[in-house]
Amino acid sequence: MYLPKLEQFHKYKEMDEGVLGIFDTPEAIMHAAEKTKAKDYIGFDCILPYPVHGIDEAMGTPRSGLPWVTFFAGIFGCTIGILFQYLTHAHDWPLNISGKSLNAWFAYVPIIFELTVFSAGIYTVAALCFLSGIPKATRRILHPDLTSHKFGLWIPKSAKGYSESDVVSFVKSLGGSEVIVVKLENQK
Amino acid sequence: MSLTQAVRDKLDIPDLVTGGKSLKDVTVDIAKPNEDFPTKLWWNTFLLVLTITLIDVAIIGYLFYEGLYLLGINNPVGWGFFVVNFVFWIGIGHAGTLISAVLYLFRQGWRTGINRAAEAMTIFAVLVAASNLILHVGRPWLGFWLFPYPNERGPLWVNFRSPLIWDTFAVSTYLSISMVFWYLGLIPDLATLRDRATETWRKNLYNILAFGWVGSARAWSHLEIVSMILAALSTPLVLSVHTIVSFDFAVSILPGWHTTIFPPYFVAGAIFSGFAMVVTLMVIAREVFNLKNYITMKHLDNMNKIMMVTGLIVGLAYGTEFFIAWYSGNEYEGFAFWNRAFGPYGWAYFIMISCNVLSPQVFWFRKLRYNIPVMFVASLVVNVGMWFERFVIMMTLNRDFLPSSWAMYTPTLFDYAMLIGTFGIFFTLFLLWCRIMPVIAIAEVKTVMPQKEGAHH
Repeated sequence: MYLPKLEQFHKYKEMDEGVLGIFDTPEAIMHAAEKTKAKDYIGFDCILPYPVHGIDEAMGTPRSGLPWVTFFAGIFGCTIGILFQYLTHAHDWPLNISGKSLNAWFAYVPIIFELTVFSAGIYTVAALCFLSGIPKATRRILHPDLTSHKFGLWIPKSAKGYSESDVVSFVKSLGGSEVIVVKLENQK
Repeated sequence: MSLTQAVRDKLDIPDLVTGGKSLKDVTVDIAKPNEDFPTKLWWNTFLLVLTITLIDVAIIGYLFYEGLYLLGINNPVGWGFFVVNFVFWIGIGHAGTLISAVLYLFRQGWRTGINRAAEAMTIFAVLVAASNLILHVGRPWLGFWLFPYPNERGPLWVNFRSPLIWDTFAVSTYLSISMVFWYLGLIPDLATLRDRATETWRKNLYNILAFGWVGSARAWSHLEIVSMILAALSTPLVLSVHTIVSFDFAVSILPGWHTTIFPPYFVAGAIFSGFAMVVTLMVIAREVFNLKNYITMKHLDNMNKIMMVTGLIVGLAYGTEFFIAWYSGNEYEGFAFWNRAFGPYGWAYFIMISCNVLSPQVFWFRKLRYNIPVMFVASLVVNVGMWFERFVIMMTLNRDFLPSSWAMYTPTLFDYAMLIGTFGIFFTLFLLWCRIMPVIAIAEVKTVMPQKEGAHH
């Protein structure tokens, strides 16, 4: 049976201190991600201007677990839709409309459907915001081209076996066009 | 998109981004209209539509100060232009969701060039539609009565069996899900604009709008899944919204309205008019913002084909209605349809037929599908036709069961002002949006670029 795993809900980690390598092509970043995964720098990340397909496998991040949120939120919305209409119409404010049963549930279907979709959508997006760390008003931008046409490889200071000189030479060996050491004190 | 350039050339697959653009060019080209000072053309158009909007707002104020008697509505025709406009605009919105959601699920790469503008169009059209829904109740300041909430008027709840309440729920769900879908896609592009901004105020503005997006692969992987989920949720939502709108009519017992064909007929009509509006807007946008490399003839060709198919479906629905009216042997049903075509509003019926069924037939010819003036005129004509379709449906009311209660509906100047005003509001919002946010999804276009995989191998 397919069950949700905690690592599917991987969370964005702030990029405070570490090493940033800049690459020019999606192939280069893909290659770099594979090599970094092999090196076992846990918690490393790639910064991409658009979703590069296959990067998840290259980085070893599991598939997002957000469909589970959608599923349960949908069930929640559906239940609310059924209960709310039933309780208001059959209990709290019963109205006899052309002799129909008080619980004429066929007429409830449109609203049950809308509440299911609404709840599923909104809660999934809320979960996405939580996991991606948005919205956040002040976030440091490591390099302005990373949202346009360059690709970044980020190895944080917290990674296991991090040593600045080693990581810098490792990223250089991957063929990055630029390597930047990011420190907290030189934050803008 | 795993085909290499050589295979694409061999199979004669047209590129979705032409002109041999690099990733950087895409950013620069699409961000340009947001970064430059608006052109004279933009200002002139904007001031024109803004004036229309302001006049409309003043007229709405006067209308509600005086009362709805200023409108042409009377006893048999109790709905008038407000509901015609409501159904028309909500239909316009549907193509946006269709392009962004349904074509996403079917992995249609060509949607990326047009989805952003189409989604924005959806949001503004639904807002305009919702305002008509609120206004038509007559006392819009009590519009909140449409929502169920604990109140002091005793255990009083809304009637969940009423199509008006279904509309409220359907339209507000549709609006909120579309807005979330649209904005989620915008976040990475707004981050791009933020990182390109040179002035402080611009940087701050986009910093707030971009929510602090950096483009981490972990966040992208969640965002991609959520886009897919929202696409999967919006697809049935599109169908449900217009189905529910058609229930406004179909749950009544009026001949001509009380039919099971209404939901699919309304949905097809909505997609038809929505695509016509997308074509109208895209033809203008690619000229004005110089985006011919991103909104290519192939995009327009595809949309024209969809317009033709949905036009045929709508035509089939018109025919089926007539056939069933005759075949059922129900004389009231039969009269309603005879009256539609040959009664006092027959002229509207024939405008509808010629605009909706005949005009899209030009798209059988490839040459005409690739002809900008032809498609522009055809899309305008289709929009006129679809407005008349809703008008014709509404005018079914003017002759009901009892000839003694028959009456004609004549729109007054206020009705026309409301109609023109909806266009004013829609285009004001659309033009403002074009200035602030990218017209084309920057990040998504980059994923379908052929050079992305082919060129540097």
